[in-house]
Amino acid sequence: MSTENIAADEDVVFESADPYAPSYDTTTGTVFTVSGGDWDSIAPPAEGEKERIVVNMGPQHPSTHGVLRLILELDGETVTEARCGIGYLHTGIEKNMEYRTWTQGVTFVTRMDYLSPFFNETAYCLGVEKLLGVTDQVPERASTIRVMMMELNRISSHLVALATGGMELGALTAMIFGFRERELILDIFEMVSGLRMNSAYVRPGGVAQDITDDQVARIRETLPLLRKRLKDTSDLLVDNAIWMGRTVGVGYLDLAGCMALGVTGPILRSTGLPHDLRKSQPYCGYENYEFTVQTQTTCDAYGRFLIRVGEIQQSLGIVEQALDRLRPGPVMIEDKKIAWPARLSIGSDGQGNSPEHIKEIMSESMEALIHHFKLVTEGFSVPAGQVYSAIESPRGELGVHIVSTGGTRPYRVHYRDPSFTNLQAVAAMSEGSMISDVIAAVASIDPVMGGVDR
Amino acid sequence: MTEPVSPREAGLEVAAHITGTPPTTLEVVGVRHGAFGALGSGDTSGFGGLVSPIVMPGPTARPYGGWFDDAADEIALALPDRGVSMDAAVERVTVHCDELTFQVRREHLVAFMSTLRDEPALRFEMCMGVSGIHFPDDHGRELHAVYPLLSITHNRRLRVEVTCPDTDRHIPSIVSVYPTNDWHERETYDFFGIIFDGHPSLTRIQMPDDWPGHPQRKDYPLGGIPVEYKGAEVPPPDERRAYT
Repeated sequence: MSTENIAADEDVVFESADPYAPSYDTTTGTVFTVSGGDWDSIAPPAEGEKERIVVNMGPQHPSTHGVLRLILELDGETVTEARCGIGYLHTGIEKNMEYRTWTQGVTFVTRMDYLSPFFNETAYCLGVEKLLGVTDQVPERASTIRVMMMELNRISSHLVALATGGMELGALTAMIFGFRERELILDIFEMVSGLRMNSAYVRPGGVAQDITDDQVARIRETLPLLRKRLKDTSDLLVDNAIWMGRTVGVGYLDLAGCMALGVTGPILRSTGLPHDLRKSQPYCGYENYEFTVQTQTTCDAYGRFLIRVGEIQQSLGIVEQALDRLRPGPVMIEDKKIAWPARLSIGSDGQGNSPEHIKEIMSESMEALIHHFKLVTEGFSVPAGQVYSAIESPRGELGVHIVSTGGTRPYRVHYRDPSFTNLQAVAAMSEGSMISDVIAAVASIDPVMGGVDR
Repeated sequence: MTEPVSPREAGLEVAAHITGTPPTTLEVVGVRHGAFGALGSGDTSGFGGLVSPIVMPGPTARPYGGWFDDAADEIALALPDRGVSMDAAVERVTVHCDELTFQVRREHLVAFMSTLRDEPALRFEMCMGVSGIHFPDDHGRELHAVYPLLSITHNRRLRVEVTCPDTDRHIPSIVSVYPTNDWHERETYDFFGIIFDGHPSLTRIQMPDDWPGHPQRKDYPLGGIPVEYKGAEVPPPDERRAYT
């Protein structure tokens, strides 16, 4: 039965089927087709209203940066109203964490903003450590490794921002280059943590695994190659007339707009305000690293692009400094009531608990076995209270609100994800502009829907 | 048989006994019974009779330390300009983990937030959204809304906390003060059912529009099904043994 038939024979349709989805019967049951429809068939246009065109862009659209749904009201090719529809990637991570131990929480948060897993993990762990009151006891080597991994992660995240942003505006070579370079960094992640993404590497009290001298050497070897190739990528787009034509003056949001909408990160810095939590409220020892906060004064998509390119260069410098600062030492807190009991190592059958540890708990110390069992199954308790820990993620302030009631599980964890907040600026950035500029504006916000929806 | 007491009363009694402080100054949000998750089965350990209160950090007395006192003084000076006194607006002040929390009565929230944003000596330009907490056993104060604030000018952070009873889930919206809280308040409404009065369009944001219930509340089940693994049945996460 076609749409016309339904309109002609309304009684039958509304008794037997969904009013918004045409249906027809087959031998195996009713088949519904959701093929869109005309707004006028649902509600007549208001008195004196011209033809009203509402376009749904997404949630499955290559230019909307993931499962973002843009609801655009158009007048010709000009956007008169822009609204976001989100929630398509909501997975209930915050709820799930309330049913696992504090350590298991890391495995959940790393999956939120999937382009910056190390930031999610570190923000969470800093919060848990603050509640435990052990911030000062986290070994320096662990903090240095955290900084190194976060800065590498910032590079890989910005590369994806450039790559997908380029792709959405038609610069496909930028996409190929961006993803190729990102692969080099993901290789480092895999070498250090065992996983390319979703590493669960940063743990309350330190990191899961120490890095070896071989790995340090390999990271050092990768950096010059990255530096050289990043220049190729940025040369493609910086001062490129077509790229500038699409981004200069597009997605304008000034300082007052950023403040009102709570926008942080590269978008805030593109208004000229050098606000960076790494400088203003240092964590993990960022006060010991030399770098400059990148700013532009153009308030537009091109300025944000330049900031990301600049931050990649600065991050490469921080990674080098972190490698220089690495001193031998523990990577997990001394406190045996918090520290994960086992160390990992690579055996003939893959990665697992180290043979020395297995030997100790299975044949030498009964107490060590009990301790291991209790800490792994029951976990440690965190004193009651609440904290808010914030770090500078590639997209802005990543804040974690953690509430404990003194138990072995989080009572409530809430992520203030910068993508979520920044996405509110879509309307301010793109209403009144061309529909093609909406794409450039959204690309310059660089939302990651995993972080938006959690 | 003695009369059954409410979890809050039991918790207060135990907490007061343990800490040696009068129950009125304690922030007891609930009480735990037993240990090792042994519920329903025969309790052979004897731990099943344990009663332990859940005590959150309580109010802090002056001096708070650092810039906290200056900020509190500034707020106390500036609030009367908006027709509210400090004592009327602020229920309690807590300093915990080097973080300052003002627990504000909901009817004065908008005036309090405006003061924080506009006073030159305070200048909390940014609100980092709102997060909810649900304490089902904290009668009359079941739902909490927590607002982290950041002052870029003075490089300071503080937190504002508002409570409302589950039977009257209304908190004034602060979108008029901090427009960024538009989506955050929608999210907190979606997950906790707190109604932010005055919000321009308080609709669900993460869950579908016709979703029943508010998933982050503690009375909302996690869901999940048992899974068979090598002949054994693994229950869903919220039915497994908990050690809290």
